[in-house]
Amino acid sequence: MAPFLVEAAIKSLILVLLLLTGFAYLTLAERKLIADFQARIGPNRAGPYGLLQPLADAVKLFFKEDFIPEYADRVLFVLAPLITLIPTLLIFAVIPFGPELTLFGYRTRLQLTDVHVGVLYIVAVTSISVYGITLAGWASNNKYALLGGIRASAQMISYELAMGLAIVSVVLTTGTLQVSGIVEAQRNGWLIFLQPVAAVIFFITGLAEIKRAPFDLVEAEQELTAGYLTEYSSMKFALFFMSEYVKMIGFGALMTTFFLGGYLGPFVDLYPGLGVVYFTLKVGFLIFVLIWLRATLPRIRYDQLMSLGWKVLLPLSLANVMGTAVVVALTA
Amino acid sequence: MGELIAFYLLAGIAVATALAMVITRNAVHSALFLVLNLVVVAVFYLLLGAPFVAMVQIAVYAGAVMVLFLFVIMMLGAERVGGTTGLRWQVPLAGALGAALIGGTLFAFLRAPAGLAPVGSPPVPFGDPAAIGERLLTTYVLPFEITSVLLLIAMIGAVVLARDSGPEGK
Amino acid sequence: MLQGYAVVGLYLLLSFALLGVVLLLWWFLRPKKPNPLKLETYECGVQTVGDAWVQFRAQYYIFALIFVLFDVEAVFLFPWAVAYNQLGLYAVIEMALFLLLLLGGLLYAWRKGALEWA
Repeated sequence: MAPFLVEAAIKSLILVLLLLTGFAYLTLAERKLIADFQARIGPNRAGPYGLLQPLADAVKLFFKEDFIPEYADRVLFVLAPLITLIPTLLIFAVIPFGPELTLFGYRTRLQLTDVHVGVLYIVAVTSISVYGITLAGWASNNKYALLGGIRASAQMISYELAMGLAIVSVVLTTGTLQVSGIVEAQRNGWLIFLQPVAAVIFFITGLAEIKRAPFDLVEAEQELTAGYLTEYSSMKFALFFMSEYVKMIGFGALMTTFFLGGYLGPFVDLYPGLGVVYFTLKVGFLIFVLIWLRATLPRIRYDQLMSLGWKVLLPLSLANVMGTAVVVALTA
Repeated sequence: MGELIAFYLLAGIAVATALAMVITRNAVHSALFLVLNLVVVAVFYLLLGAPFVAMVQIAVYAGAVMVLFLFVIMMLGAERVGGTTGLRWQVPLAGALGAALIGGTLFAFLRAPAGLAPVGSPPVPFGDPAAIGERLLTTYVLPFEITSVLLLIAMIGAVVLARDSGPEGK
Repeated sequence: MLQGYAVVGLYLLLSFALLGVVLLLWWFLRPKKPNPLKLETYECGVQTVGDAWVQFRAQYYIFALIFVLFDVEAVFLFPWAVAYNQLGLYAVIEMALFLLLLLGGLLYAWRKGALEWA
């Protein structure tokens, strides 16, 4: 086997294991934080500070009965959770977690692959993330599930445009489609300062894409029970759950890479290992903000959601692209 | 060598998904086979050294056009096509046209085997987004601007259709 | 350059292999005692009438249509954005024309009420 494949295999396995642990402890972190926000204690029985709670949850889900509703489309019902997971995992392939460094005498980059058109790769991957949820809703053959699934996909495509245009502004400013290039271009200042409008648009659309509060209409339990998840149980449910939390990490990673300087920070050139620390801290902060928002903001109405996407964010992001183009042309 | 194996493997998948798409009775399954087919074609573009086109293929065809298809299929409740279809004369016509296409391709293949020799690796900026952008706005600027007019017309058409078939009938 | 994408394929394959091991374990461990009541479609305890595969509102379709059009536009913007520094002011004007035409389309849809969620 070619050496680059061995290297990639090792990196892949580490990445997947990190994402799995990250997911497990993110569920605990969210429950703990939400509890704090609401002046409750939160999980505290399994292990000290509830640290073994994720493990207990996993064991519970393992031994839950798994069923497929009689009238469901059996094949797609089983495939939908897996289809949801594909784009969720794929996003991480192009994210630089740290700068180039020497590990055990081996020079490597802390990024799975640095493809030439990395930004387009991200756009392409987000665009196919609609399928899993739509299909889950449809395959269940349940009215709540179908409505939840369709709502989800309409929401995602409505916000995808503004998100794409915010990314175009980033490309205009940095002049590269390579993800590592975008991080390196932020050495003289994070893009959140150069492109504040794009950063805000990206943040809001990102929330909508990963369906976090206040954009969690898909799971509006008062109207839709559990949306597309209604008929799912046991491990199939766990896969969706995992996908949602890993997407939170993915959102944090993308926002950090595009706007918060990625792994950059003081002394990162002297000690490249610090890059990973900076990256983790930034992503952690963003995830904290996501949880904070969930504890703070009420869910918005569906018509408000659509008009925010189409009448505010889309024109704003178009204007931002044009404005950026003019500024870049004048300063160049 | 690895590329050749990848090609045959993918070609097999492409043909299989295309056939499955036509044969499947359930329209949602058909649409999904088409998505799979489009993704495989995108991988072909990657093999040909055109990553930009590959990504666009996924973002636009697999990510946007097929979502629209899926919406329409789900919306009409037309997932399962009944035993009798409204297609009568179309079936033999499609068969004849398909046969003609295969015949034409075979003819070209047999007539000019020299044209099928492997071409050398493409020039360096080939398929590079920056190079495409530059061409688009210099050499091909007229077609490019006409495209925007076309998109505008499509938009107006969509809105007009929407108003006529909207649930409120406004 | 192809190597970069081969790595993506390998990554996906490995992560699903890992997942497959977990799922296989689960397959053997999970309890399975189905009965007709359990397999019923959930509708808050009410007997379900008909299936969910029925016609529903056409408005989702309109948004999907407009989305496709704008998606095509966004795709044109990426190569323009990368090549921008080599093109200069000329490119600004050309793209401004392109964007204004599309913005006109959006405004038209807006004015005609196609973006209204009623």
